[in-house]
Amino acid sequence: MKRQVPIIITFLIGMIMIFSFFIPPLEGLEQTCSLFFDVIAVFAFFLGGGNLMRIHVNKLRRRKKDWGFSIVTLGGFFIMLAAGLLKIGNPGGIAASPTTEGSLLQEIFTYVFLPLQSTMYALLAFFVASASYRAFRAKNREATILLIAAFVILLGRTPFGMLLTGWIPESFSVLQVPNMAIWIMNSPNLAGQRAIMIGIGLGVISMSLRLILGIERTYLGDESA
Amino acid sequence: MLDAAFSIPLVALSDIGRVISLMFIGAGLLWILIRSLRAKEVDRRIVFLFIFIAVAAPILFPITFQERATLIVRKVFDKVESLPAGSKVLLAFDFDPAMAPEVQPMADAISRHCLTKGHNVIFMTLWATGQALLTQSLERVVKGEFPENRDGVDYINLGFKAGNENVLNIIVTDFRMMFPTDVNGVPLDSTSIFDDVRSCKDLDLIISIGGGKPGVKEWVLYVGDRVNVPMGAGVAAVVAPQLYPYYPKQLLGLLGGVKGAAEYESELVRQYPHLEERGTPGLRMMGPQTLAHMVIMAFIVIGNISFFISRRRERKR
Amino acid sequence: MSSHPMTSRPLYFIILSFLFTFFPSCGGSSIALAQAEPIDIATTQMIPDSEQVVVEPVTSLIAADHKYDDGGMIDLSWVPSIDDQLVASRVIGYKVYRIEDEGEPEMISELAPGSNTYNDQSVERGKLYSYFVSTLSINAETPSVRTAPIEPQREWLNYELLNVLIMALVLGGAVIYFIETARRGKKLFVRKIAGLEAVDEAIGRATEMGRPILFIPGILDMDDVQTLAALTILGRVARIIADYDTKIFMPVSRSLVMTAGRETIKASYQAAGRPDAYSDDMVTYITDEQFGYVAAVDGIMVREKPATCFLLGAFFAESLILAETGNSVGAIQIAGTARPAQLPFFIAACDFTLIGEELFAASAYLSGEPKQMGSLKGQDVGKAIAMAAILIGILTVTIGDAWNVEWIQNITTGLVDVFSTR
Repeated sequence: MKRQVPIIITFLIGMIMIFSFFIPPLEGLEQTCSLFFDVIAVFAFFLGGGNLMRIHVNKLRRRKKDWGFSIVTLGGFFIMLAAGLLKIGNPGGIAASPTTEGSLLQEIFTYVFLPLQSTMYALLAFFVASASYRAFRAKNREATILLIAAFVILLGRTPFGMLLTGWIPESFSVLQVPNMAIWIMNSPNLAGQRAIMIGIGLGVISMSLRLILGIERTYLGDESA
Repeated sequence: MLDAAFSIPLVALSDIGRVISLMFIGAGLLWILIRSLRAKEVDRRIVFLFIFIAVAAPILFPITFQERATLIVRKVFDKVESLPAGSKVLLAFDFDPAMAPEVQPMADAISRHCLTKGHNVIFMTLWATGQALLTQSLERVVKGEFPENRDGVDYINLGFKAGNENVLNIIVTDFRMMFPTDVNGVPLDSTSIFDDVRSCKDLDLIISIGGGKPGVKEWVLYVGDRVNVPMGAGVAAVVAPQLYPYYPKQLLGLLGGVKGAAEYESELVRQYPHLEERGTPGLRMMGPQTLAHMVIMAFIVIGNISFFISRRRERKR
Repeated sequence: MSSHPMTSRPLYFIILSFLFTFFPSCGGSSIALAQAEPIDIATTQMIPDSEQVVVEPVTSLIAADHKYDDGGMIDLSWVPSIDDQLVASRVIGYKVYRIEDEGEPEMISELAPGSNTYNDQSVERGKLYSYFVSTLSINAETPSVRTAPIEPQREWLNYELLNVLIMALVLGGAVIYFIETARRGKKLFVRKIAGLEAVDEAIGRATEMGRPILFIPGILDMDDVQTLAALTILGRVARIIADYDTKIFMPVSRSLVMTAGRETIKASYQAAGRPDAYSDDMVTYITDEQFGYVAAVDGIMVREKPATCFLLGAFFAESLILAETGNSVGAIQIAGTARPAQLPFFIAACDFTLIGEELFAASAYLSGEPKQMGSLKGQDVGKAIAMAAILIGILTVTIGDAWNVEWIQNITTGLVDVFSTR
């Protein structure tokens, strides 16, 4: 029963969502089902939050390795929760939007959260460089083509591309680096992307059918699938 | 603006700083190149150091370049420019602080352009973290630069709504079902900007700015394709290639990354020179991007030299 | 723009005849034209007639039932007033009036000058509606003639999506056919996928080195098919891990994924006969926030130094950060995602990458079960159709446009119609 009920629900909802795309009177059902998922996902926030707290409180109590960082985690969790729920420092009071300018939530967001997020995103610049240094080696024919394409794109995305090849006459303008970069993005790259997207679309159909028909049940914890 | 007495030394300092940093990068790369001739690999931390200098130097000692808008960016600009004053434009700020450095300049530039043209702009976001960024943008661009514009009349902030593509599924037929009020609790029915707007069908242009999910793809699938309203997009550079299939049918134009923002800003400043004094962060960021690209290319060359030399030595053995 | 199925797609006529027999209202649309019924409405009464700025009314007002809906919309179209098209226009707007079941006129919308369409989305089936549009000047209103009463109709099938339905039936049918074929014992060939062949070896490496395995199922929720694909692979991987008694860490960024992940691993340990070795702490929730999650996972990688990292599911900007950090700790990395933007990063930084559909094929491939392998074959039918359509399209566009051959260009148009959703 524990496995049968979810499979039946999956089948019914899957069929409804498919048919609602083609049958106008059922269009509203698709929206309703989507809203139901959001309601369920919101309830799941409590699960996740509870798990987070349990793990870190446990770590704190047992003084496990790096327990000091659990204080930071729990502290951040409760401060943001209080700032948003209780509208601490909010000029508009309890009824105002949580992100009103001047509120504690907005201040922490602007001066703590924003810089932290930007810092993590900024790591990409360094990792792109180290990954490029390591990966773009002309080991074989395909790797060499990749290397040349990467070079053209990198150069084309800077003013130096035009500087280096701007002298090429208009009749051969396709050989100007920025135009070559645009051609690479619009032709071979786009063709490859489209082929991958077609494959992905078909893979999604196959996977979804397996899920809806109950052939694939591993995600339910059913090892017999 | 600096007093003339101080401007000369600062300009000189800037020039000196620029020269020193470029010389340092050049000399350092040369040294690494010489090492690579001995088939020595470069420690990743050296790579990180050079990238840091390549990005920091143009920020500290400004290096800017001229930009010209490519066709794909110009199409968005031309559409905003060609719409008559009073047109309804929806701007979706679907990004978070991590993506903000890349897409915020284009979001600000497009907002500035729409308000300069006298369009009625509807701001919203599908990202929880986008709401604060939207608030900041409104303070900075809308209220800061266009104080005569009235909330609810010339622009409106609908804020954030949870639900991802479900929000789009609903606003494509009825805005009020998903947004009964704006972010300040004012009912939409009492705002004049929403007098003749019931759903997305009644908009003249939709521009989605972001790069994740939900983002441009969801706007195209759930709204643009269904209601036949022109759609433009501004995304992070890494996302742009996967949106090219939608150009030019489903997307009339696409701004990709800092370069796209710089191109839009350059076009905006060319058309409205007085807007240059309000800042062009996209154009400013092209300096670090250009220098960083050059450093990455140098390291790729160095890496290949090191690879070929070590492979030759192995073959000899 | 697709043309009506009756005129351009004879293949569908058989299906349509069947449907018309049982659903007579299908495909039909009712249109009400403006009739010559002058309307007596109040204009601004206070201004004497001699001072009113009278403008010409709109013409050719048509009210039509919106096609392929649930009977909740009527489309209006008209030719704007002649005065609206002059350079010095005296028209300041239009008002749309609706009369429900022969009741009183009700103003339902006010439109800007130049407007020539309106969609009335507040109608109900079973009621009759007629409309007229008034042209507004600064102090007067000129109504148009009224349309005949029209009742919004419900259509049971969206014919504009008929081609999508047929394609879905073909693809779905192919998948089901091959599943049945495989179930009957026919051997199906599936090419080797390097990343999946390496799973056993990767887990074995972790066991030998005494280091844990890190499994990241992406950062989206259970409603994304990539996350489900990752969890199905987790089930297979967890079974091997349970047999080898290797440690596994699975930090997740969604609460529902945490629950599902725990169920999956627990079932695998039970199937391996080692339920006591399972612990809920194997799967932990970190945060929904993208980069907060990445920072936590990076910390886990640097501290725990996993020997093997599985990066399977939906990833965004964090893909390279995770892959590079994993590379820096010396882990063997098997990645897979259906997001084309992130594939280059995984290919550059990981040892094995499952590209797009390989991620969805993984669970079938790893299980080796005939039913699941059959679905992979069915997918290939779709690819064959796509390849054939692309080849035919290339030929017809090239030849048709180069030599301006009309019948070849018609084939191209037909192909575009078949594969478009409008």
